[in-house]
Amino acid sequence: MITKRIIPCLDVKDGRVVKGVNFLGLADVSSPVKLAEYYSRCGADELVFYDITASAEGRALFTDILRQVAERVFIPLTVGGGINTVSDFDRVLKCGADKVSVNSGAIRNPNLIPAAAERYGSQCVVISADVKRVDGQFRVFAKGGREDTGMEAVGWIARCVENGAGEVVLNSIDTDGVKGGFDLEMLNAVCEAVSVPVIASGGAGCIQDFVTLFKALPKVDAGLAASIFHFGEVKISDLKRELAAEGINVRFNKEDSISD
Amino acid sequence: MIAIIDYGVGNLFSLAHSLKAVGAEALVTGDAAAILRADRVILPGVGAFGDAAKKLRDTGLDAVVRDIAARGTPVMGICLGMQLLLEKSFEFGEHAGLGLIPGEVRPIAGVIPAGLKIPHIGWNALETRKPHPIFRNVRPGNCVYFVHSYYGANCDDSVIATAEYGAPLTAAVAKGNVCGCQFHPEKSGDVGLGILKAFCEWDGVASC
Repeated sequence: MITKRIIPCLDVKDGRVVKGVNFLGLADVSSPVKLAEYYSRCGADELVFYDITASAEGRALFTDILRQVAERVFIPLTVGGGINTVSDFDRVLKCGADKVSVNSGAIRNPNLIPAAAERYGSQCVVISADVKRVDGQFRVFAKGGREDTGMEAVGWIARCVENGAGEVVLNSIDTDGVKGGFDLEMLNAVCEAVSVPVIASGGAGCIQDFVTLFKALPKVDAGLAASIFHFGEVKISDLKRELAAEGINVRFNKEDSISD
Repeated sequence: MIAIIDYGVGNLFSLAHSLKAVGAEALVTGDAAAILRADRVILPGVGAFGDAAKKLRDTGLDAVVRDIAARGTPVMGICLGMQLLLEKSFEFGEHAGLGLIPGEVRPIAGVIPAGLKIPHIGWNALETRKPHPIFRNVRPGNCVYFVHSYYGANCDDSVIATAEYGAPLTAAVAKGNVCGCQFHPEKSGDVGLGILKAFCEWDGVASC
């Protein structure tokens, strides 16, 4: 059967990984290329690169970095950040991205997802939603979680899927950064509403959080995290061994002697 | 030299670089003469079958693929490229394929239990059904990366590997010097690179 995916997320600004710190003896830990190679060796099933650059120069640097990663790392690559038009899809797909995640762009332009899905196929289009509880309702937030759109999240995500999004990344603002575990309630609500893969994001603090996620919500396909992987608090190889020991189906690298 | 056939379908960046990573010289080309000169040929593809089959016909490259296959040159189809090797497809209507390998393309929805997600997307274990030179570096339990909503049905003896997704779905096919992978070897980490390397070393003789 299909395995549960473990996905590290790298925020890239001006060609460097943000939040990258000195760990694992890598000479240049803020190099997206070196981190991508490292994660791929450790058994990451996919990588997400998020472009948080604001300038045009930074954007050009990002696509250059992406190209370098795609030349060396042969696992699926998802790219997000600054995706507002179909030509933005084109820009990153040409550099080796396999999937493109949209967030604020899809909120501003409801036609973006259907247009991209028609051109590149649903498998290529990921809706990444930042969601937070407001007045007892799950609300979609825009602009990196800073702006309440007033839209109810579960229905909005379901419409994005109907319009052609082939995968959902659900980032709970409520649990993000807290390291107290994934937002199971919010994830369950979305899993019940869509039939495409759902990737859990926000809240992972330790290995047990992933075990709980996949055991409590078998419909969740993948767990995404950033800082716990970057800071070395959780090693992907250890995480996968533990998941396997708990009876959760995961992929191991060719040489099953994963070490750092 | 390996020719990666460029007929305007999909992104060939990763495929070209994965072949370089295993030491092969790869050329992305839509030029018939270059393809006919190649030692090996890869037919890639993503998207819808009908559209891709039409592009292949419109460029005249369908005849080129048939020609190189008849010469004994090793050919590998990947994803939709594998499906194009079969006889026909029932994706949005009925479309003729290249017919180099028996079988037809049908929706996964018809064979897997309700409740499983479609497309079949993610890493799944490759279950080899027959030994084949392209699996030389594959070990039991090795996973590869799939993204598809249609699969090769009735491929009979040509099925060399399956993946379990509520039903055994065709993961790879082969007949003579022609083979195909439903999964993406260029996105399947070391296991995928091992398959591409084995293809690059294969003489096209199905030794089994």
